[in-house]
Amino acid sequence: MPGVAEAGRRLRDGDTTAVRLLEGALERAARYEAQVHAFLTIDREWALETAGRADADLADGIDRGPLHGIPIALKDNMCTRGIETTAASQILAGYRPPYDATVVARLGEGGAVVVGKTNLDEFAMGSSTENSAYGPTYNPWDTTRVAGGSSGGSAAAVAIGSAVAALGSDTGGSIRQPASLCGVVGMKPTYGTVSRYGLIAFASSLDQIGPLTRTVEDSALTLEAIWGHDPLDGTSFSGRYPDPKSGLSRGVAGLRVGVVKELAGDGYEPAVETAIGEMVSRLESAGVEIVEVSLPSFEIALSAYYLIAPAECSANLARFDGIRYGHRGQGATTEALMARSRAEGFGPEVTRRILLGTYALSAGYYDAFYGQAQRVRAAIQEDFARAYQQVDVLVSPTSPTVAFEAGARTADPLAMYLSDICTIPSNLAGHPAMSLPVGLDDQGLPVGFQVMAPPLGEEVMYQVAAEVERLAGFDLSPGLQEVAS
Amino acid sequence: MPVEIDIAHVARLARLDLSDDELEGYKNQLGLILEHAARVQSLDAEPQVENAHPLGLFNIFRDDVVLPSLDRDEVMASAPETADGYFVVPPVMEGE
Repeated sequence: MPGVAEAGRRLRDGDTTAVRLLEGALERAARYEAQVHAFLTIDREWALETAGRADADLADGIDRGPLHGIPIALKDNMCTRGIETTAASQILAGYRPPYDATVVARLGEGGAVVVGKTNLDEFAMGSSTENSAYGPTYNPWDTTRVAGGSSGGSAAAVAIGSAVAALGSDTGGSIRQPASLCGVVGMKPTYGTVSRYGLIAFASSLDQIGPLTRTVEDSALTLEAIWGHDPLDGTSFSGRYPDPKSGLSRGVAGLRVGVVKELAGDGYEPAVETAIGEMVSRLESAGVEIVEVSLPSFEIALSAYYLIAPAECSANLARFDGIRYGHRGQGATTEALMARSRAEGFGPEVTRRILLGTYALSAGYYDAFYGQAQRVRAAIQEDFARAYQQVDVLVSPTSPTVAFEAGARTADPLAMYLSDICTIPSNLAGHPAMSLPVGLDDQGLPVGFQVMAPPLGEEVMYQVAAEVERLAGFDLSPGLQEVAS
Repeated sequence: MPVEIDIAHVARLARLDLSDDELEGYKNQLGLILEHAARVQSLDAEPQVENAHPLGLFNIFRDDVVLPSLDRDEVMASAPETADGYFVVPPVMEGE
């Protein structure tokens, strides 16, 4: 399966059509879905109709841009008008939104073809896609292991080629961590640059939609198609946006790259540390100045995240009450009906986080927990700002481990939360960050390398990522052999 | 630091009708998570959080223009129970 840029070239050269690209993606889905389970919904008719229109437009000389005719998968927490959107929750089983999310509308204007809606941890809460009410997604490189999460379905779909690119959402690492575990490129943009309108909210001050792709160039092309000011999102940025493509072929000589001291050591697998260390050395050989930097507040970022995110989730998920949409339980009064609908409709992790957030916001505990977590958030922003006086980007592993065994962490919420220790600081600060594969461990599992940049620093971030991609020469095909065997 | 949790009160605030066994299980898990989360209290400095938005945006208003609304029938079609364009719910007050 080609990437976005390559498929676009073939399409315009007349070597393929949007319908043929879609059929290729659907064929791969048919072959691998039983083992991988990347999708919750595939609407063939809708997809074929869109692909047919994309071909007809191109034949008429109407070219809608880099995503024209490209098969794209959407995480199932983005609203698609008339197409089932569940956020992988029982409480939204059968829900057909009356409107499209802004990103869905933008993909439509860009001529993209939506292959289907991908699996996730329920309401994007989790790090393995095992919290889906509709069953887990498994890792294409080893189907006894998790795909990561919460955008595990989107990452797996791109890895096996049942979509050329996908959209995910990232609240604490939910694009980057599954990208890392599945060997693809995952990117979380600066907060406020991609509209959240129509994204089913988890933690509004942290949520951000971004692309999962096979290459760094594809990532930049997909990002450009979805970002930009949207009056329907009150946190949307209306100023001048960076030009992510401009850095792709610039090289890295003279740049300063910071290695984060706190994101290493205990709890990090040796194979992960080795792969990251080797890439840092190669960057140095390529002319980068490597600086070790310390951001002490990162040590307590995870603690702050598990107060702020549940607090916002407990407020956002109050809307699921069994009255206007979604699952309805029985109750003699409205309040009893709401409490029953919610208890029946939400899975255990979502229930746990609603309780946690409600507690952290309740009278008597607010300042010690939520208030103090917000101060930690400010300290993280200050640590980042200090680091960026010395360096252009920061690097680290994306996740302390490669893909872990399915079921290994489901009984221990804290062990699961630790998967996101490297990705959470960028969400708390609202900064852009991306993960790209740099190699395999001795079991043949991908290792992800994280590049972080200051707000609106997408240009330099892609500049470094493009060089890392060239140096790594990562080959995505072994994962497919594993699934096929 | 052990954390005190009145789990039944929290569940009531969150409108979650859980069994006693479920409440006990969540109470134990929340205790462990909150012990870890309490590490936020190790931060000495108290910088004020003016605004968590990295680009400093606040109080954003859109232009006050009338735009088409969602289609009423399409919206109501998602509701578990409706009558004459209204959402149907059981009594709001308890008792007769």
